[in-house]
Amino acid sequence: MTVPRFWREQPQRYRLVGATCTVCDRVFFPPRTVCPSCRRESVGKVEERQLSGRGTVRSWTVVHDPAEGFELQVPYVMAIIELEEGCQTVGQVVDVEPDEVETGMPVRMVFRKIREDGAGGVIYYGFKFRPVA
Amino acid sequence: MRRVGIVGIGQTRFGELWEHSLRQLVTEAGMKAILGCKVAGEEIDALYVGTMASGQFVNQELIAPMVLDAAGLADLHIPTTHVEGAGASGAMALRQAYLAVASGNLDVAIAGGVEKTTDVPDKEVTRILGAASDQEWEAFFGATDPALHALIARAHMQEYGTTREQLAAVSVKNHRNGAKNPDAHFQREVDAETVMASKMVADPLRVFDIAPISDGAAAAVLVPWEDAASFAEDPVEILASGQGSDSLSVSARGNLTSFGSTRHAADQAYRQAELSAEDVDVAEVHDAYTINEIIGIEDLGFAEPGQGGPFVVDGKADVDGDVAVNPSGGLKSRGHPPGATGVAQAVELVRQLRGDAKGRQVGDARVGLACNTGGTGVVSVVHLLGVAE
Repeated sequence: MTVPRFWREQPQRYRLVGATCTVCDRVFFPPRTVCPSCRRESVGKVEERQLSGRGTVRSWTVVHDPAEGFELQVPYVMAIIELEEGCQTVGQVVDVEPDEVETGMPVRMVFRKIREDGAGGVIYYGFKFRPVA
Repeated sequence: MRRVGIVGIGQTRFGELWEHSLRQLVTEAGMKAILGCKVAGEEIDALYVGTMASGQFVNQELIAPMVLDAAGLADLHIPTTHVEGAGASGAMALRQAYLAVASGNLDVAIAGGVEKTTDVPDKEVTRILGAASDQEWEAFFGATDPALHALIARAHMQEYGTTREQLAAVSVKNHRNGAKNPDAHFQREVDAETVMASKMVADPLRVFDIAPISDGAAAAVLVPWEDAASFAEDPVEILASGQGSDSLSVSARGNLTSFGSTRHAADQAYRQAELSAEDVDVAEVHDAYTINEIIGIEDLGFAEPGQGGPFVVDGKADVDGDVAVNPSGGLKSRGHPPGATGVAQAVELVRQLRGDAKGRQVGDARVGLACNTGGTGVVSVVHLLGVAE
């Protein structure tokens, strides 16, 4: 991934900045500029929205055959997280044994290193989720 | 809209075909299709080629004119179009050819599908296939394509009680069928214990839940139905074509256990043909992962939501069942060259409807359905094929 491509997404990846449609109050993550409910009425009326980072696990898997750059993390948990604002995202669930993850588990967003492009490459940071103690 | 028929079909063997280039594969399939019917080069109005990622797999763009050239037709300057929809590229190419002939704008169109995946290392294959997931919001965080399908599988298990054994039954059935398909990548049976003991990829999905990524090509020649008899003795009609889309990210969907793209495509196709799921005798259903076939069986209306697993376990999807699902072996056993799969599904249906499927022939097959899906249900294409009563 090129540096500009990553930089563009930093507010979302570092702080979980989403968006909200000011017509219908629907919240989106990742942010979008057109609301699928209001469509043409929403143009110019979708604003940034800081999400709380709190949510629950909706579905999860333990990845044993990793994506490139994730080899040292196996086995790792990927999940669909339902955020309390009503939108969903994919993210890793960490600080927990994989066999302790379950659907409905409350989690919160944490800022972590995601991976790096080799020894001298870009280090990518972003959000993961951990169980709420 | 005019009625459209398939008069010629061709397919290479699927598998790890180290000795064949993309050019050789697609030419072999295309020439088989053309030689199987009476169509002259001068009569061909257009060529549609489905490939997912030839630009990455063999570093070749302009793949559609290259295919035309390889077939010895470059001097005729026939228009060519590359169609991309990840694993559904083939069926999308077939649909474009169908729409062109049905519209009356063209008379003879060729649909081809090809992928040459083994010219890059395995790790590259994974990365290239992963490009069909949302790069910025899924893949970035470490979600592989199997992981995303595992999230869907777990959701289905939790919502409906679908079991690990039911997933395995899909793989067992498709290998049993593929063992009788001389074109298949894997021509041997497996038992449920082998499937469930195979290497875990993304829990609950194991290696034997996942279709291999193969080399291969397939092609079909389409003409107006009214002229079909002059091109071939045994034409098969394309009764309907439907296509649908969904969000690029799985996580953007409220419903994780059904593919809206497939339902949309199936609704369109059934409506156009004035048929329903009960009319289908044989179906080729996208099974890149075992969970895909279970969800497909439900979305296509062969079983109620949540009943796809029991449908397979009870033998209703067997070659002699209610609806024979994947008599070719499906993606799991026939193999999955992403661009070729959708066309190969149609090739299998034509064989079944002509009664040419030998050891895996479905009895009295009159109506066939093909469902080809790209990404995590991001795009889906449904075709209905039939033979005259």
